[in-house]
Amino acid sequence: MGIPVNRAAWYFLLTDIVLGFRVGMKYFFKPKATLNYPHEKGHLSPRFRGEHALRRYPSGEERCIACKLCEAICPAQAITIDAEPREDGSRRTTRYDIDMTKCIYCGFCQEACPVDAIVEGPNFEFATETREELFYDKAKLLANGDRWESEIARNLELDAPYR
Amino acid sequence: MEFFSHGFGLFLLILAQCLAVTVVILVSLAFLMYGDRKIWAAVQIRRGPNVVGPWGLLQSFADFLKYIVKEIVIPAGADKTVFMLAPMISFVLPVIVWAVIPWAPGWVISDMNVGILFIFAISSMHVYAIIMGGWASNSKYPFLGGLRSAAQMISYEVSLGLIIIGVLVSTGSLNLSRIVEAQAGSWGLFSWYWLPHLPMVVLFFVSALAETNRPPFDLPEAESELVAGYQVEYSSTPFLLFMIGELMSVFFMCALISILFFGGWLSPIPGIPDGALWMFGKMLFWFFMFSMMKAIVPRYRYDQLMRIGWKVFLPLSLAWVAFIGLAAQYGWLWGTYQRWIGG
Repeated sequence: MGIPVNRAAWYFLLTDIVLGFRVGMKYFFKPKATLNYPHEKGHLSPRFRGEHALRRYPSGEERCIACKLCEAICPAQAITIDAEPREDGSRRTTRYDIDMTKCIYCGFCQEACPVDAIVEGPNFEFATETREELFYDKAKLLANGDRWESEIARNLELDAPYR
Repeated sequence: MEFFSHGFGLFLLILAQCLAVTVVILVSLAFLMYGDRKIWAAVQIRRGPNVVGPWGLLQSFADFLKYIVKEIVIPAGADKTVFMLAPMISFVLPVIVWAVIPWAPGWVISDMNVGILFIFAISSMHVYAIIMGGWASNSKYPFLGGLRSAAQMISYEVSLGLIIIGVLVSTGSLNLSRIVEAQAGSWGLFSWYWLPHLPMVVLFFVSALAETNRPPFDLPEAESELVAGYQVEYSSTPFLLFMIGELMSVFFMCALISILFFGGWLSPIPGIPDGALWMFGKMLFWFFMFSMMKAIVPRYRYDQLMRIGWKVFLPLSLAWVAFIGLAAQYGWLWGTYQRWIGG
C-alpha cells in the first residue's frame, strides 16, 4: 500500500480547479448562444406546429366542410364541431371550437383535413392572461386564418414536396 | 473641527462614517449581485440579466423592489420570534464586521487593535442565524440545511482561524491596518504576504468559500437535495435579508483576503500611489474568483466537504502555524516571516 502520489499531486495542486478555470474563461468570451428573445427570434421550420387557424379559399369562402375528421382524430379531444346545411345547401360548421388548453399540438387535425382548412400556423406567441381566452371559437380561428394566411400558404408550399 | 472630537459631535461623526460605509457596501452589493449573475451567465454562454436599465445594470434594484413588496409567509408551525430574528441576525452581523476593515491609511471606522479577533467573534455568530432559521421553520429540509451549515461553518472556521495565525505571527499584531503596513516594501507586489504564505492563500480562499456557503460548498442550500436548505420557508424581505447577508459576508471575505495576503490599500507596483481604489480593486478581483468558482466547480458531497476540512486543511494549516512560528522566531529565509510591527 503506497501513497498514490499522482492523485495526491493532482489534488493538492488544485488541478481540477485550474483546468475548470481555463475552460470557464474560454467560454466566458465566446459569443452568446442565447437569443435576445423578444427582439431576436430563432428560425422556424415550415412544419412548425403553432397556433391553429381556419383557412379560406381565395374567393373568401371558408374551406371547412364539417367532415369532423379532425374532431375524430384529435387525441386530446380538444375539438368540438356542430354542423348543419347552409341556405345554399352546402354543408358548413355552425360551431368550431378548439380548447387550446387541451391541445397537445400534435398536428393530426391538419393531417386529417381533406381540404387544408384547419392548419397549425407559425405563431407561438398567443399567451393570454385568462384561461377563457384560450377556448377558441370559429370566429377566432377564422380571424387567425385571415391574419396568418400568407405565412401559412408559404409554409404549406415549402413543405408540399415532402408530403 | 473641535466639535467633532468629543461628545455628541464624535457620535455624529461616527454615525456618518458608519452610514457612509454601509451605503457604499449596500450599493456595491447591488451591482455585485448583477456582476455575479453576469459572470455566471457568461461562463454558460448565456446573456444574463440585460433588460432592466442599460445592460441590465438596475436588475438588482428591480429584484429588491420585488422582494419587499411580496407577502411575508410565516409557516403555522414556526416559532415566530426566532423565525423573524434569524434573517435579521444574518443581515446585521456581516454589516458589523465592516467596522474594522481599513480602506486606506486611517480610513477605518474603528481601528481596534484586536480587529481580527473582533471579526472572528462576529462572523462565528453568523452560523446561529442559519441554525435559527433552519430550526425555527419547523420543517424538514430547512432543519437538515441548518444542521449541515452548523457543522460546515464550525469546521471551516477552525482552519480559517489557524490560517490567519500565520499572518498574525509574522506581523506581530492583530490590527488590520498594522497587517497591511507590514506588507509594505520596496518589492511592491512581491512584498505582500501572498508569496511567503502562498499555500495558505489557497487554503484561505477555499475555506472562505466553505465558510460563506458558496458553491462548491453550498451544501446548506443544496437545491438538488434540500430544495433551498434553511431558506425554504422564507419569502419576501426575510429571504432578501438572508441573501444580502450571505453576499455581504462573501464580499467581506474578499476584503479579508485582500488585507491579509494582498496588501490591502498598497499599490502593486512601487511608485504608483496607494489608496482605497487598490483595496476595492483587489476585492473585486476576489469576488470575480468567487463567482468563477460558482460557475466552474461542481458541488462537493457532504463527506468530501468534511474530509477536506478536517483531514486536509486542519493538519496543513496546523503544520504551517508551527513552521511560521519557528521561521519567525529564528528569522529563517532572511527574516521573511519576521516583520514584527508594534501595536
